[in-house]
Amino acid sequence: MHNSTIINITNLVKRFPIGGGQFTALDDINLTFEKGEFTGVIGPSGSGKTTLLNIIGSLDTPSEGDAIVLGQSIAQLSQKQAANLRNHNLGFIFQTYNLLPVYSTFENVEYPLLLLKMPVNERKKAVMEALDWVGLTDKTNSKPAQLSGGECQRVAIARAMVKHPKIVLADEPTANLDAENSHHILQTMENLNQELQTTFIFSTHDDKVIKYLRRQIKLDDGKVASDNLIEEGVVQ
Amino acid sequence: MITFRLAWRNLIGAGLRTWLNAIVLSFAFVVIIWHRGFLDGWQEEARVDTIAWEIGGGQFWHPNYDPFDPFTLEDSHRALSDELLNYVAEGKITPVLISQATIYPNGRMQSVVLKGIPAEQQILNLPTNYLSETGTHIPVIIGTRMASSAKVKKGDVFSIRWRDANGTFDAANAKIVSIFKTNVGAVDQGQLWLPLSQLQNMMRLPDEASLLVVSPEIGEQPQSNEWQFQSVDELLKEIDTIIKQKKVGGSILYIILLAMAMLAIFDTQVLSIFRRQKEIGTHIALGMTRGQVVRLFTVEGAMHGIFAAALAAAYGIPLLTLQAKHGFAMPAGTDDYGITIAERIFPAYSFGLVLGTTAVVLITATIVSFIPARKIAKLQPTEALKGKIQ
Ligand SMILES: Nc1ncnc2c1ncn2[C@@H]1O[C@H](COP(=O)(O)OP(=O)(O)O)[C@@H](O)[C@H]1O
Ligand SMILES: [Mg+2]
Repeated sequence: MHNSTIINITNLVKRFPIGGGQFTALDDINLTFEKGEFTGVIGPSGSGKTTLLNIIGSLDTPSEGDAIVLGQSIAQLSQKQAANLRNHNLGFIFQTYNLLPVYSTFENVEYPLLLLKMPVNERKKAVMEALDWVGLTDKTNSKPAQLSGGECQRVAIARAMVKHPKIVLADEPTANLDAENSHHILQTMENLNQELQTTFIFSTHDDKVIKYLRRQIKLDDGKVASDNLIEEGVVQ
Repeated sequence: MITFRLAWRNLIGAGLRTWLNAIVLSFAFVVIIWHRGFLDGWQEEARVDTIAWEIGGGQFWHPNYDPFDPFTLEDSHRALSDELLNYVAEGKITPVLISQATIYPNGRMQSVVLKGIPAEQQILNLPTNYLSETGTHIPVIIGTRMASSAKVKKGDVFSIRWRDANGTFDAANAKIVSIFKTNVGAVDQGQLWLPLSQLQNMMRLPDEASLLVVSPEIGEQPQSNEWQFQSVDELLKEIDTIIKQKKVGGSILYIILLAMAMLAIFDTQVLSIFRRQKEIGTHIALGMTRGQVVRLFTVEGAMHGIFAAALAAAYGIPLLTLQAKHGFAMPAGTDDYGITIAERIFPAYSFGLVLGTTAVVLITATIVSFIPARKIAKLQPTEALKGKIQ
């Protein structure tokens, strides 16, 4: 295992009970992720992308095998420890943005810092910085309902990034966005990845996203079909 | 803190529904406090009136005396010891002799209770000073209830027929020298008050009494095994019991009102937990434990109680203060029910009452909010994030 390995997945199997039997959503996955990666898990709908991201994100547990995330075994984490891991080190970006509707832009971004009990002055600074990254300092008081889809997703990126997490998990972040907005948010994330060395793991089947990825992991029926490093837009 | 902030925002965000819940609950709040305060006010006034008009600081009863059995009157009288007579002379005790008689106002016949009391007594509010009037007729004072049931007025003369201690019937004329108005029906209905010495003569029971009313300021009380002491609390037991029953009856109303309000909160909670699954999943993804999310939703529901309290205070305090100041006029005729009740009741809202009601409302609101929120603890975060309905 490499020094800068932050995720190490070994013999990961995830089965879901369905009907009388079991459905294998992830089948013997072995993967490692290094610090600072900008990686996409690519595959058709139902291939297991979300399931994989959920397990890395400690929102779900393996049926067999394990994922070691930042030195912690997802299979063995208690509910509290998992919450703590997410709180401090993981940022989530969802296809449907998942902003808190009653909170303003500022408050949505502030929320993870409140959970971290960050002092108020530090908090304000961090929120404004994060809003600056995504270019929304002029929309601090808007409610999600008053923002466009692209703006909502940028708020979600700011919310995921504001606590400087080690890993950001983005599950089909552009699925609800048009081309222009998709490029915009990917550029934003790419910059943050360069600037802060945050590891980004996407799940996607969107070509617009795939173009930006530096590593592509193809999933097919819950199995890793290929795992390629890309050099400046050229598949190796 | 964050929980309260978030809960507050969500509630405000929910708008009309929150306010409807809070209005229903605040209504329950105000009605409970008003009704309780009304009963407490009634009880307080009834106690004060009963002490002032009827029972003083307690009474010594002849051991045979039973106020609910007129047949005991014949055997329940005795002379006062010298020690007790001293108390009477000092104005610390007033003796009352009780017997039965029949009166014939305007040719009709009505049986009554005669109560002899010294004209100079100061312990009870009864205007006994009128009894010192001298003349050919026996001076009597009666209450307004008695006056209307016998259809007599001040200055009327009618005959009284009674049987003395030896069993001999006798008759004389009585004249109404004063009619008094009191909230205490027990010194009014079916009775005539006349000078003690006169009744003692009529009954041929010189120096005897059926009961002794003690002054509330008596200080050291006489000890006597010839008389049975009845404390103020024992004598007030009847009114206390009636009011306690009213409170129990009221509780049914409170429960219905609270149940309605709580059902609305419960329903809101169930709906909001069902509709906001994705939000629940988001909270968890952002680092909340499921326990924290349960707490968040519980606080959110319970906050309806706080909103309701604020709302109840906003319109309830002016309303209830006004009522406490002006009193609540009882419908005409309630004074004939035989229980002590003022014409105008001034509700008494104690700190304990308000605090107790608030506690009950907040605790029940918390419980009905917690019950549906418990489900969150069993929710899979991944399922919640999918948000079964979007
Ligand atoms: N909770 C679950 N119960 C049963 N089957 C599930 C559950 N979650 C996912 N699946 C199944 O696992 C497979 C992979 O799902 P998912 O990871 O969501 O795929 P993707 O994100 O690539 O579209 C799908 O066939 C899906 O139906
Ligand atoms: Mg998916």
